Amino acid sequence: MKQENNEKILLQGLARNDKKAVETIYRDNYGMVQALIINNNGSIDDARDVFQEAMIVLYEKARSGTFELHCQIRTYMYSVSRRLWLKKLQQTKRFTSDFGDPDSVVPVEDDLEDHLKRDLEFGMMERAILGLGEPCKSLLEAFYIEKKNMQEIALDFGYTNAENAKTQKYKCLMRLKKIFFSHYKNGTP
Amino acid sequence: MNEYNDITILDAVERYIRGEMNPDERLHFENLRKTNGEIDQLVVEHTLFLQQMNRFSEWQKFRNTIQHVHNDLADKGEIKDGLKSKAKIVYLWNKYKRVTAIAASIAGITALTMSILVWSVSPSTTTDQYKELERRLGLAEIKTDLANEKVQGLAGKASPQKEIQINYRTAATGFLIDAKGLMITNAHVVKKSENIKVFNSKGEQFNAFVVQLDIPRDVAIIKIDDPKFKSFGSLPYGIRKTTSEIAEPIFTLGFPRDEIVYGEGYLSARTGYLGDTLSCQIAVPANPGNSGGPVFNHEGDVIGILTGKQAEADDVVFAIQSKYIYQAVDNVKKNPIYQNVKITSKTNNLSGLTKQQQVKKIEDCVFMVKGD
Repeated sequence: MKQENNEKILLQGLARNDKKAVETIYRDNYGMVQALIINNNGSIDDARDVFQEAMIVLYEKARSGTFELHCQIRTYMYSVSRRLWLKKLQQTKRFTSDFGDPDSVVPVEDDLEDHLKRDLEFGMMERAILGLGEPCKSLLEAFYIEKKNMQEIALDFGYTNAENAKTQKYKCLMRLKKIFFSHYKNGTP
Repeated sequence: MNEYNDITILDAVERYIRGEMNPDERLHFENLRKTNGEIDQLVVEHTLFLQQMNRFSEWQKFRNTIQHVHNDLADKGEIKDGLKSKAKIVYLWNKYKRVTAIAASIAGITALTMSILVWSVSPSTTTDQYKELERRLGLAEIKTDLANEKVQGLAGKASPQKEIQINYRTAATGFLIDAKGLMITNAHVVKKSENIKVFNSKGEQFNAFVVQLDIPRDVAIIKIDDPKFKSFGSLPYGIRKTTSEIAEPIFTLGFPRDEIVYGEGYLSARTGYLGDTLSCQIAVPANPGNSGGPVFNHEGDVIGILTGKQAEADDVVFAIQSKYIYQAVDNVKKNPIYQNVKITSKTNNLSGLTKQQQVKKIEDCVFMVKGD
């Protein structure tokens, strides 16, 4: 019971991007995933990539609000990592048969499908922002990601006043939205 | 609409979505939204966009966090990273496993004989009353590693290597409790281990991981996690639910050395160390490496798990009674993955067989467990 509560608290922390919670989950599960990957034709770098992607899947799941984990974090991380690694092995055709312990995994297919979709969307967004070039990229990041107000931005970017910065921001935003929505509608990067 | 207007409208839309408008302004804007389809459309679209932007920025921040956490933990040595060459070594190890195994086993046996000799003549230094019977892997393993290097050198591939993949520190015995690879062993062997390997009496090895630890009871449930492992149809033995009787003849199988070893004795008391009612006392030869091993009655049913012995007293060995296994497994079953695990007390076809025949059937289910 106590463990269940602990895990609940950990997941709530994770959803807030609380560093302590992230660190605890990381520390408790990394070794297991690393052993799984390395024992199945992977490298240390592969282990790191797979584990971090699994962390993102868990993070997204923890944030989804309605979320309730029906198994231990450890089991979930094992299941997601195993699935991710299996997929990667199949893609690179290094290894195609099953591995790990099929009995100790929970179904994660739906979660991974959601994750893949989101990953694609965020990837699109990342590329769209990068494709804007400067100063648009920094300007939009300052406003929408760092959440600075227009006065600060005008000062930082050397615009004579907030109104000028607003005009510039508007132009950049229109470009970004155009790229973003064209991708979004097509559904492909 | 000219551009100036567009900027003002967008500004208004953003302030509206972010809830930065005062009530009057908000009311005014909501009316505008109702009458002007274009503005309504813009609000919907921009809300979607801002949501996406927010989620994107949090996703980016989280990715940053895990990068930092990884580096922090690696710096502090709490996760093992850094060994960039490890994967290659593992790969080479896998490739030359067979060649290595032959040489390693020769070296291993020699070293083991030596270490057993040394161990048997050196006086015990333990002052504890209760002694855990795990086996520390020292000399033998180092010799094996040297042999590995030599063999790999001969194979002409291996670069000089300082670190052979995993150094297993401890070894004990474990045994299957279901046909699919769920095993009981001692907690002190695996509690700090990230890599667990189990070896059967034929020398085949499988990877395993911890399912549950009960530190106070010193019992761990682990699971074999290896494609090489073939599920047994059913186990040859059952697991007794009831307490056994005093003077009942028993036998044990375990790995006090790299070879499976049989031991025979009797149940000497219904309670264990300091009157513990979930344990019992048995009289049987027990040495480091025996702990975690199964205790069988003369019908070949599991009646206990060997855990330790009383130091400075001969033949006072303790075992946890097998009914505990049912409690432990019930706990494991709370996890939905394991809810279908079944263990059984059904008497098997071992009763009536001679000891030789019983052991022959059982020995495949008893493993040496190594942890790092």
